Amino acid sequence: MAELEQKAVGKKGKKKKGRKKMSTRIDLTPMVDLGFLLVTFFMLTTTFTKPQTMEINLPVKPKGEVTEEEQNSLKASKALNILLGADNKLYWYRGLPREPIEPLTETNFSADGIRKVLLEKNITVTDMVVLIKPTNDANYKNVVDILDEMNICNIKRYALVDITQDDLNEVKKLNQ
Amino acid sequence: MPKVKIPRKSTLIDMTAMCDVAFLLLTFFMLTTQFKSDESVIVDLPSSISEIKLPDTDILNISVTRDGRVFFSIDNKNYSRERLLNKISEKYPQLQFTAEEEKAFVLTGSIGVPLAQLKGYLDLDETERKLYPQPGIPVDSTNNELGVWVMQGRLSNPNVRITIKGDQECSWPIIKKVMDTLQDKNVNKFNLITDLEADPNKLKGI
Repeated sequence: MAELEQKAVGKKGKKKKGRKKMSTRIDLTPMVDLGFLLVTFFMLTTTFTKPQTMEINLPVKPKGEVTEEEQNSLKASKALNILLGADNKLYWYRGLPREPIEPLTETNFSADGIRKVLLEKNITVTDMVVLIKPTNDANYKNVVDILDEMNICNIKRYALVDITQDDLNEVKKLNQ
Repeated sequence: MPKVKIPRKSTLIDMTAMCDVAFLLLTFFMLTTQFKSDESVIVDLPSSISEIKLPDTDILNISVTRDGRVFFSIDNKNYSRERLLNKISEKYPQLQFTAEEEKAFVLTGSIGVPLAQLKGYLDLDETERKLYPQPGIPVDSTNNELGVWVMQGRLSNPNVRITIKGDQECSWPIIKKVMDTLQDKNVNKFNLITDLEADPNKLKGI
C-alpha cells in the first residue's frame, strides 16, 4: 500500500518463499477520515464567521455656520423624504413638509411597501434624492434596512438627514 | 496449452496520497482560521445585502449593544494596542499603566469603561474582568471619550478602518451620537457590520 512498504517487499522478494510474513501495512482509511472531518470543520468555520460590511460615506461636516438657504438648496420637487418612526413604522412624502407634492403616507419595510415606492419614484422623478430622516424612536435596524433598500433599488443619491420639527408634526397629525 | 498467468491485482487503494492531501488542507485551514476572539459584547446584527467582506486586520471597531452601551476595540497588528495605551497615558498623565496592566489591555477584547475606571478594570484578573459590568464608553458631547479613543486609535495605526457594529434593536440616537463623534474626528467613511441577507434582485434572476 504505502511506498515504503513496496520497497521493502522488493528487497526481500527472493526470500518470499520462506515463512509467512506479517504485513506491515497500515490501513490509512480512518486517518484519512479523520483528516477530512477536520478539514470540513475548519472549512465551515472559516467561511461562515466572516461578517459582511456595508460601507457608508458621510459628507464632510461643514466648517462654521451654514445658512438655512444653503441647507435647503435642494430642489423640493426632487426630494423624496422617508421618515422612520417608532415600532418599525415608515412614512414618506415628496417635497416640503408643509406643502408636499405627494402627501405623507405610511408604509412598511416589505417588498410591496417602501421598495415599490422607491422603484416607482426612481423612474418617474428625474434626479431624485432620497432624504432619510430617522426619528429618535427609530432603531438601528430600521436605518440599516432603509440604507439597504437604497442598494436594492439602485438609488445612488441619498442622505441621512436630521429630522425637523415640521416633519414630526406632520407624522403626529397623520397618527391622530 | 501454456498457462497465462494473470497477476492478481490488489483491490486496496493507496491511501497515502489522499492522506497527504487531507492533512495538507487541514494544516492550511488550521493556520488560516481566525478564531472568534473573546467577545464580552453580545450584539445581534442587522442584515443587509452588502457582500463586502470585513478584513481581519486594521480594524477599529465600535460596538453598540442593545441597551446603548458603547465599546471600543482595535486589533493588535504591529502592537497597535500597546501603542494606543501609551498614547492614552501620554494624553492623560494621571493615567500611568504598569506592565501588567498593559499586558491585560493587549489581551482583552473590547473596552467599555470610562477612562477613569480603565486602570481598575485592567487590574482585575481575567475571570473577574469578564463578569465586570462595563458601563460603556461615554459619548456625550460634554465628555466624549469615544472621540479620544478613535483619535488615538487612528494615530497608533494610521491604516485602520473604522467599523460600527450595532445591535439591531439599539435606538438610533446613540448610533447617531457615535457617527457624529466620528464626523467630528473627520472620519467620514466607515463600515457598518451586518449579516448577509439574500438580494431580492439576484433572487429574481434565478
